[in-house]
Amino acid sequence: MTDVRNHQYDVLVIGAGGAGLRAAIEATRDGASVAVICKSMLGKAHTVMAEGGAAAALANKDPRDSWQTHFRDTMKGGKYLNDWRMAEIHAKESPDRIRELEQWGAIFDRIPPGLKGADGKPLKAGTISQRNFGGHTYPRLAHIGDATGLELIRTLQDRGIHSGMDVFMEYTVRRLFKSDGRVSGCFAYNRADGTLHTFQGKTTILATGGITRCWAVCSGSWEYTGEGHALAYWAGAEMGDMEFVQFHPTGMIWPPSVRGILVTEGVRGEGGVLTNSEGERFMFNYVPEMYKDEFADTQQEAQAWVDEVIADVTATQRRPPELLTRDVVAKAINSEKKAGRASEHGGVYLDISWRDEEQVKKKLPGMYHQFKELAAVDITKEPMEVGPTAHYVMGGVKVDPVTQESSVPGLYAAGEAATGLHGANRLGGNSLTDLLTFGKRAGEYAAKAAAEIDGYLEISQTDIDAVVAETLAPLNRQEGENPAKVVEDLREMMQEKAGIIRTGALLEEALSDLDELGARGEKTAPGGGRIYNPGWHQALEISAMADISRMCALSALAREESRGAHTRDDFPVPDRSHWGKVNSVIWLEDGEMKIRHDPCPPISAELRALLDASDLSEEE
Amino acid sequence: MSREVTFRVFRGEPDEDGVPNGELVDYTVEMDEGMVVLDVIHKIQAESAPDLSCRWNCKAGKCGSCSAEVNGKARLMCMTRMADIEEETPEGEPVLIKPMQAFPLVKDLVADVSWAYELNKTIPPITGPEEKDWVFSQEEADRVQEFRSCIECMLCVNTCHVLREHNMFDEFAGPRFFVRLADLEMHPMDAGDRLEMVKDDLGIGYCNITRCCTDVCPAGINITDNAIIPLKERVVTEYYDPLAILAKKLGLRK
Repeated sequence: MTDVRNHQYDVLVIGAGGAGLRAAIEATRDGASVAVICKSMLGKAHTVMAEGGAAAALANKDPRDSWQTHFRDTMKGGKYLNDWRMAEIHAKESPDRIRELEQWGAIFDRIPPGLKGADGKPLKAGTISQRNFGGHTYPRLAHIGDATGLELIRTLQDRGIHSGMDVFMEYTVRRLFKSDGRVSGCFAYNRADGTLHTFQGKTTILATGGITRCWAVCSGSWEYTGEGHALAYWAGAEMGDMEFVQFHPTGMIWPPSVRGILVTEGVRGEGGVLTNSEGERFMFNYVPEMYKDEFADTQQEAQAWVDEVIADVTATQRRPPELLTRDVVAKAINSEKKAGRASEHGGVYLDISWRDEEQVKKKLPGMYHQFKELAAVDITKEPMEVGPTAHYVMGGVKVDPVTQESSVPGLYAAGEAATGLHGANRLGGNSLTDLLTFGKRAGEYAAKAAAEIDGYLEISQTDIDAVVAETLAPLNRQEGENPAKVVEDLREMMQEKAGIIRTGALLEEALSDLDELGARGEKTAPGGGRIYNPGWHQALEISAMADISRMCALSALAREESRGAHTRDDFPVPDRSHWGKVNSVIWLEDGEMKIRHDPCPPISAELRALLDASDLSEEE
Repeated sequence: MSREVTFRVFRGEPDEDGVPNGELVDYTVEMDEGMVVLDVIHKIQAESAPDLSCRWNCKAGKCGSCSAEVNGKARLMCMTRMADIEEETPEGEPVLIKPMQAFPLVKDLVADVSWAYELNKTIPPITGPEEKDWVFSQEEADRVQEFRSCIECMLCVNTCHVLREHNMFDEFAGPRFFVRLADLEMHPMDAGDRLEMVKDDLGIGYCNITRCCTDVCPAGINITDNAIIPLKERVVTEYYDPLAILAKKLGLRK
């Protein structure tokens, strides 16, 4: 009989990135006992990698900004597939989430003295400064140089450890348990010592981040293997919009060992220009119709905007096309490569070296060090080479926009694990305020629901025995492949067949390849024992990666149009009459993955009036 | 032409008394262009030793997970380029990789740093004004932002001789937490006072300013000069300066 230790908490929070910690803080504030269960050590989660900033309409830097404009920008960036209620809540509540973070110790960059707004009135010196980013009409991102994620996670960590939450570090959750149709707890193993654990919880919050490790070129850490998405799916939850995976336009591409590491959009926000091998500033050729009025069409005008930004005066010029949304810039880079105008190592050039050396080091210290130390490139003197990298999944667990509860009672989701806010494409800076806003809401409503429940639901011993056997199986196999090989093949396959540009034929192939990869994943033999064994951990990740990849390929195959982050070579234009009005939904039924398309929820007239009328008339 | 490099890696677990029990194992791998030490470890895992333990997350110097001792020097494996390592390693010798030696061992290259998480809980958090929208200058922010750039890699703690040689983990907070304390004490809006704690429980007096911590900090924080020495000065002013003590008694200062 294998030893399994049981724990009981009102609220289980799976994941300790920004969303998980924010949820846990809120839940403990409401009096719940809370367990935070996380794969890494506290403070190391993927949120730490966020660079550019957190988008909130504080209107410190430009008083013209408002939640209404933020709402409009988010919906436009998401190509109107967003859940408008989440976009509204996010735009309204983000400023308070940022202000509260400041009171918990976060030190955002400040507004210097002597600045004036568009109306000529002085800006308030010493308040939180804000930076320009793609798709945001006004400077909106609260930031700390280019290390905003570190500040955010450290602040939540230092707040959280005094809130009474118990943290189970280096635990991987393998299964959610259901009893009487409700999620009643989960099973986890301790990565460090190999011990096995069950957790009974009255409510459970998934704050497990993303899935981009399923692609060979990605900006994600090893953690981004999508277990959270898979746990929800296996528990019967509805998953939405899984075809939408954001390829960030600027990842490092050289040397090979750093391929995919993120280069912050902040570089372009600070005036970085994109050029091809012929030295042409190509983004002027890729401004979509819906953004034509808002972006500069000459180098002079773009430069005038940058000069205003550098001088810290309110911008009156239209912005450079480098600051178009991520989907547009990533596809433009891809097209340049296809047209034979790639940089030396197969990307394009991103150049900030025309700016003052000290300013670059001050505004982008992380980028300066990253390129200096990893690529031997001095970005104050020479251009960077960049290319698209899998960065973020807009799809995830479908949730109630107010409470964050999923379609399975007792299960909540927040942050990248959930879907709704970002539609077909996320704006930079919106994920950090997403996880704060909806992390808080998930914590609040999960704690409230837990308070209404007496005692814990019994977890079936059969269910426990099954997951224990499955968890230990790789260690009992004497013969088999190295799991690293299966994972590598899966990632290369997804890169090739379900990457930035897709076709029906390739996606069909991806689905059949996934059958084979999934089967191989069940036969790996990592060797070694239960103490801190990365081979064993990786062997266990494959089933989640295969199912997540399948969700993506299946919904990408179904969506016969190109929209936002989803591009079909065989259906290159948006289809406004049908696909622009539906969200995909995936669920598990009788052991099979099912898909359907639901109409987008109807938007209220009041909010509809805030949207860009010309976009909407085209959508009719 | 392909080049090969041999890594001599510590493999083992602690025995029942917690003493590391293991051996150094040689692995030879082929080099690709631009590799960092962590890439080589990953290649060893993928090719021959899936159960070789090492922590890592971001692989971009932002999370501070992959700390280890490479050729006897504490560094982040993800930010240490093989080109530099090959240059410093004598011809024909393997590259030596060990876990951080000041901490207990979990397995192979993974150290048990739970001490740090326990200690952090004892430090009182920020106490600032209840009103929102705090106002302070960028100059004030700069001073603290240096400390906030700490990635908690624990390389400084691993290197500090008070901890590494004298094992004073119960009496001395070590450089990482003096950085945290300096962050709180110099925060423009914080009203808390942690100086007594810095002096007594956290034992700042044991630091004799050898600057070893500053030398290894991958975030480039000037730990000794900007965090530890100012904290020491504050402790001296508060507890040992006769004029200050008199002024306090007379109610001339807080």
